[in-house]
Amino acid sequence: MEKRITAPLTKDVVKTLKAGDSCLISGVIYTARDAAHKRLVELAEAGKPLPIDVENSVIYYVGPTPAKPGQAIGSAGPTTSYRMDAYSPTLIKLGETGMIGKGKRSPEVIAAMKECGAVYFGAIGGCGALLSSCIKKAEIVCYEDLGAEAVRRLEVEDLPVVVVIDAEGNNLYEIGRKEYLETL
Amino acid sequence: MRIIMSDKITECVKRLCIEANCVLPADIRKRIDEARAAEKWDVAKGILDNIIINYGIAEKGMQPICQDTGMACVFLEIGQDLHIEGSIEDAVNEGVRQGYGDGFLRKSVVKDPLDRVNTKDNTPAMIYYDIVPGDKLKITVAPKGFGSENMSQIKMLKPSDGLEGVKAFVQKVVEEAGPNPCPPIVVGVGIGGTFDKAALLAKKALMRSTDMRNSNPFYANLEKELLEKINASGIGPQGFGGLTTALAVNIETMPTHIAGLPVAVNINCHVTRHMTEVL
Ligand code: SF4
Repeated sequence: MEKRITAPLTKDVVKTLKAGDSCLISGVIYTARDAAHKRLVELAEAGKPLPIDVENSVIYYVGPTPAKPGQAIGSAGPTTSYRMDAYSPTLIKLGETGMIGKGKRSPEVIAAMKECGAVYFGAIGGCGALLSSCIKKAEIVCYEDLGAEAVRRLEVEDLPVVVVIDAEGNNLYEIGRKEYLETL
Repeated sequence: MRIIMSDKITECVKRLCIEANCVLPADIRKRIDEARAAEKWDVAKGILDNIIINYGIAEKGMQPICQDTGMACVFLEIGQDLHIEGSIEDAVNEGVRQGYGDGFLRKSVVKDPLDRVNTKDNTPAMIYYDIVPGDKLKITVAPKGFGSENMSQIKMLKPSDGLEGVKAFVQKVVEEAGPNPCPPIVVGVGIGGTFDKAALLAKKALMRSTDMRNSNPFYANLEKELLEKINASGIGPQGFGGLTTALAVNIETMPTHIAGLPVAVNINCHVTRHMTEVL
């Protein structure tokens, strides 16, 4: 059964999510890839205010294709998350509670997730056309010069994701494979 | 001598960039449909269902299958009796520029690998030239996503590592890639040649239809054996467990030096895109 959750995502809700849960996210999330993460973390390290509200934020690792006329956004599936690993612990410590991407995360990211209470969701890589239909509105917040990599504010409805790593550090990439192999 | 004008090449490359990004090749669809039928793990079935829905939406709306519309890899087979009027390279890049602009495709190329400023039109294309007999020009556009490209590896094995060394290396690359390259994947393997030629063979292996096995029965069997081994790993679609880690293993080989055994593994995702036209 799918869990319906809302973004911004509170730490109370984060605690209820377990690796393997299918979720539908509705609400407001932000997009950022590595180039934008680098700038956000540089601001944070310099003690300057950030252009987005990081408290309880969910960040989607995506660089969409340009919207065609009449579309809110073009194709918008996840990019590989490990490129954000160097920056995520800083954002998690500033209050980020959710990340959406695909692929493995570093031990440092998982440690920060456990310490502060954050969850890592996977969206299906290579399903950009499908995921695009769940994004109702998109506007650039900052870093327009980065093109597809600019930070966008998205309004999403029932965006389908799976909890890959929960706030206790349980990891679907390990559990799912093991359980499947045990059925053979 | 036959003559073609370079603007014909531009038009063709433009069309191929747009279509290749929106329409998944028939053989890959067949592999995904077969995988869905064979899959017993529920999570995996759900993911494959969504992948099937996604390529349907993309084709119907002429929308990119994936947001990473790739670097444009353009393979040219140029007949030696053909004369092209104008610069081929400029014509191809202009086709990419127009295709990625008019087709609402993502511009994912940076001008300098360290400075990293986006060229904003997805040029330059990665162009591969082959001179062949005849007076035709065969153009293949293969947009290559980097989630999977980044998981590719090359290794200069020792001749004594032999067949077992090749098998172990291919499996190691797939294992290390795990969920990152958006499995189910297609695995291109190049064996032999030099350091660079092995990598090129691996990339060309990804251009071959997955309906076709290597024409040498020994390598055709090796392709089947490696596919079975990879799919016994349990990584599964998106790395959440399941039977379908890879859709196909394609191997290409060439002669090599007495002292070497180069092996390259180029990983592609389930969005294995390529489209060809002959002018
Ligand atoms: S690896 Fe392939 S499917 Fe995954 S994001 Fe890149 S291009 Fe898309």
